[in-house]
Amino acid sequence: MSAIAWALPALPLVVGALLLLAGRRADRGAPILGVAAGLGTLGLAVAAAVARPDVTFPLFAGLPAGMAVDGLSAVLVVTVASAALAVLVFAAGDIGPDEARARFFGLMLVFAAAMLVTVTATDLAVLLMAWEVMGAMSYALIGFWWHDDERVESANVAFLTTRAGDLGLYFAAGCAVAGTHSLSLDALPDAASPWRDLVAAGVVLAALGKSAQLPFSFWLSRAMAGPSPVSALLHSATMVAAGAYLLLRVHPLLESTGWAETLVAWAGALTALVMGAVAVAQRDLKQLLAASTVAQIGFMVLAAGVGSVAGGTAQLVAHAAVKCLLFLGAGAFLTALGTKDLSELHGAARRYRLVGVTFGVGALALAGLPPLSIWATKDTILASTPGSLYAVGLAGGVLAAAYSVKMIVAVWHPQDALTRDDAEQPGTRHVGLAEKLPMPVLAAVGVGFGIVALPGVLGPWQKLLGASGEHGPTALELVISGGLAVLVAAVVASRRVRVPRLAVAENWLYLGQAADRLVARPVLALANALAWFDDRVLDGAVRAVAAGGRAAATVTSRRVELPTDGLVDGLGRAVRRLAALARRPQTGQVHTYYAQAAVLLVVLTLVVVLVG
Amino acid sequence: MTVLSLVIFLPLVAALALYLFRLGDRASVWTWIVASAADLAIVVALWIGYDGPGIGYETNARWIPSVRAGYHLGADGLSLPLLALTSFLFLGCAVYSLRQTHRVRTFAALFLFLETVSLGLFAALDLLLFFVFFDLSIVAMYFVIAGWGHGERLRSALRFFLYTFFGSLALLLGFIGLYLGSSPKTFDMVELTRNPPLADSPGLAGLVLLAIVVGLAVKTPTVPFHTWLPPAHTDAPAAGSAILAGVLLKMGTYGFVRIAMPMLPDAWRKYAWVIVIVGAVSVVYGALVALAQRNLKRLIAYTSVNHMGYIVLAVGAAGLAGDEAARRLAVTGAVTQMVSHGLLTGALFLLCGVLYERTTSYDMDEYGGVARVAPVFAGLLAVASFGSLGLPGLSGFIAEFQIFTGVIGAGTTGAAIAGGISVLGVLITAALFLRLLQRVLLGEPGTLTAKVTDVGVAERLAIVPMLALAVVIGVAPRFLLDLVEPVSSAVIALVAR
Repeated sequence: MSAIAWALPALPLVVGALLLLAGRRADRGAPILGVAAGLGTLGLAVAAAVARPDVTFPLFAGLPAGMAVDGLSAVLVVTVASAALAVLVFAAGDIGPDEARARFFGLMLVFAAAMLVTVTATDLAVLLMAWEVMGAMSYALIGFWWHDDERVESANVAFLTTRAGDLGLYFAAGCAVAGTHSLSLDALPDAASPWRDLVAAGVVLAALGKSAQLPFSFWLSRAMAGPSPVSALLHSATMVAAGAYLLLRVHPLLESTGWAETLVAWAGALTALVMGAVAVAQRDLKQLLAASTVAQIGFMVLAAGVGSVAGGTAQLVAHAAVKCLLFLGAGAFLTALGTKDLSELHGAARRYRLVGVTFGVGALALAGLPPLSIWATKDTILASTPGSLYAVGLAGGVLAAAYSVKMIVAVWHPQDALTRDDAEQPGTRHVGLAEKLPMPVLAAVGVGFGIVALPGVLGPWQKLLGASGEHGPTALELVISGGLAVLVAAVVASRRVRVPRLAVAENWLYLGQAADRLVARPVLALANALAWFDDRVLDGAVRAVAAGGRAAATVTSRRVELPTDGLVDGLGRAVRRLAALARRPQTGQVHTYYAQAAVLLVVLTLVVVLVG
Repeated sequence: MTVLSLVIFLPLVAALALYLFRLGDRASVWTWIVASAADLAIVVALWIGYDGPGIGYETNARWIPSVRAGYHLGADGLSLPLLALTSFLFLGCAVYSLRQTHRVRTFAALFLFLETVSLGLFAALDLLLFFVFFDLSIVAMYFVIAGWGHGERLRSALRFFLYTFFGSLALLLGFIGLYLGSSPKTFDMVELTRNPPLADSPGLAGLVLLAIVVGLAVKTPTVPFHTWLPPAHTDAPAAGSAILAGVLLKMGTYGFVRIAMPMLPDAWRKYAWVIVIVGAVSVVYGALVALAQRNLKRLIAYTSVNHMGYIVLAVGAAGLAGDEAARRLAVTGAVTQMVSHGLLTGALFLLCGVLYERTTSYDMDEYGGVARVAPVFAGLLAVASFGSLGLPGLSGFIAEFQIFTGVIGAGTTGAAIAGGISVLGVLITAALFLRLLQRVLLGEPGTLTAKVTDVGVAERLAIVPMLALAVVIGVAPRFLLDLVEPVSSAVIALVAR
């Protein structure tokens, strides 16, 4: 039983690690191996969802670690494994044979494995380990084309921004031990104050960073530097979804603090609204999708804040399918036509019908049009949302309709003067079977998953997630949001209203620039100043001591050593002179010795007489 | 002849054999490899055979009876990991030195002597014996830098010698203080631990602790006593840097846990907050200064200040009030960090050597796109860098997570603040290592990139095991933690007296 809990992340992890170790030698077999591992992982995920395994193991002293699959985790592991498989199949066609395929598939598998551990971890240590590995894999995948400095820079920004948030989890782990003497996620709400508040603050920080919520959103814009399949996985079921998952998981903690729920709800709702506006302003398809991801994740964060675990989870699953589909579609267009500029993509959907149709379906679902999935899941969240938050959420939904339809119009508009192929890279004019294969499946989920919000199904869905008793959407709410979405969609589709260009929104609120100016550059300046201080002042003091020692030595040798030496020398000279004097009587002639002896005898006699 | 004496003096015997049999260059290196490998094998056997807790493999022979200093050796859960690390790193450096061409026999003999000295220090249970090894390590490393270094090697070697020798004098002063304060007077570490000296004269105990802490802080090194480290590393040969960072720095941190904490528990508790502050400052300051470096080797040298700062923070927090289990976790993390830093930084310095040997430059701005011409080198450098920035799955995370969680989890406001500040170090090191990878490995090729060739067989055989062991500790740390945790409990109990 517990073997499944180990095997589920181990399969993609081990296959991925082996592919990475093998390097370019394994390029040929990598797609097959990757897809096979993806299939196996999905099988294990389904098995785990049924069997609900649970393992604990010793990791740090007195802090047992564990992985378990409960209802929420069951939904997540199946979602993650499905999205990963869809993306791997697509990538088998999209990542060409001249690319470093072993590295690509290896990183993707480890990426998926890390997410699987994240959603099954029962304690903060294992969660943080998987959480950080996932960040590192996203770094390596965003910087996959590392020859290009710009892409590497984007990877750096992504890793550093998310790790800045991760510091919250490091801190939270310490506070959890202080407050509960354990790292268990279940024990967090029981922590004593103020540790409980600090834990909540750390967890919220980490989740907002990972999910690219305001003010961290800019890293996701830069994350587009990676290959399209990376975006498809990173935006759907891994990475950004991890933040939303964590907040849904620790909802009891958020609830227990009294303030964290409100904070999270507003952070999510405002992100949904503001980033929705940013998405509307985008002119690049992938940038639009990225902004829309942030906005849609905002609804899940809102769900965690208002205690709609069932709604938030449903939104996560529906969005994962839809966004995966849309990124795969955008990737297929980019590969085939060499552009992702919305105006240059005119006619793209007509040239590649299957991609166009599934892309269109996904976009309609994203727009929140009834009866598609996100319409229902979003309303399940909003059903639990009080007054002013509800209005903000509804406004976010309206913007979703606007940007979604904007995409549909762009790709379904007939080719015209603005259509330019190969503006960014040479296109292949080809969308292969592997690329097409996952699209209809994802589209079907994107269309139908709203079923969980239906009165007969919502109950069991809530029961599965252990969230019975949460509100479901009322008919009125459904009609209002559906009607608004249809209205906005119709207006945008008619192309009567021109959306004014808003530089702030187009540039992602200048959040990236702000982070650069307000954080990165000051820190670098401080580092340079400290390096100067270290070299000149601190080491300078050491050098000064050494120089002082040398100077003292010189002084000693001149002022002390010389006189002392002179004294000794003088003594020597005096002795030498005396010796010279003493030598004078030594003539070697007998008569002088007699004379000397006689004189001495007289002197001696005189002395004896005088003294005596 | 006990087994620990065999472990300690086997390398020295091998060094003498090099001269006795007038071995040639090749034969010298191979003798070095064989001797180190045999030593490692014995240490591993000792580890497996160790039946803790407490001191095993004890020897206590008369040495200088007039001052009750004995030839007292032993190994426990604190010394065994460091003995293993030492013999492991020396073996790695031996293999790496298969490429050495300049005065190989003397080089090998010097390293074998240094190995004896290092192993002796980690097994010594007598302060005088400890001090002799402590001092000899400085002498040997001086000759390594002065004889086989590059750049301003004589200057750097002299500075290294004078600065660390000053530190060791402070340490000697402290040891004499411990001796004079003990009754009956003794240099025996076990007795001094059992009956802490100067228990009834706190002022004197504070002064003795000051001398010992300054001595160890120079060796570790912590801010502000670290400025000898960057030039010593920059101008030392690769193997010398690896041993300096991997083994010699640990002598300082080992001394904190082995000598300062258990022998002066009252003074340690009283001044623990000072140690905590020094640790936190070293963490952040070391990381920030490293971030500003252009010279690859200087950068890595400064990350040592950061990484040693975590250890100092942890041993400081161990002396503060607060939850006992959490403080035990911090000490376990500190010992884990000693091993982890040895492996990862040892590997990083050898990788620096690989680069320098081909291009004679450490200037990162002259590289770029090295991953294209040296993919295996790139992979190894990336793994070592991510390990050093504390990525889970490698040993650094296991160490640092325990330190943070232990320090913050102790539950006092001061410790939580110090821990919270130190967590920032993880982000700054991430930034500096990503910059390093970007400037050296990725992007457009630089002026020296074309000169770089991929790692050779000997280099691979030296570096890969270090990183592999870091991964093993990162994924399955229990084999190490099982050994260390009883020591942490003992140390916390001793400090609490």
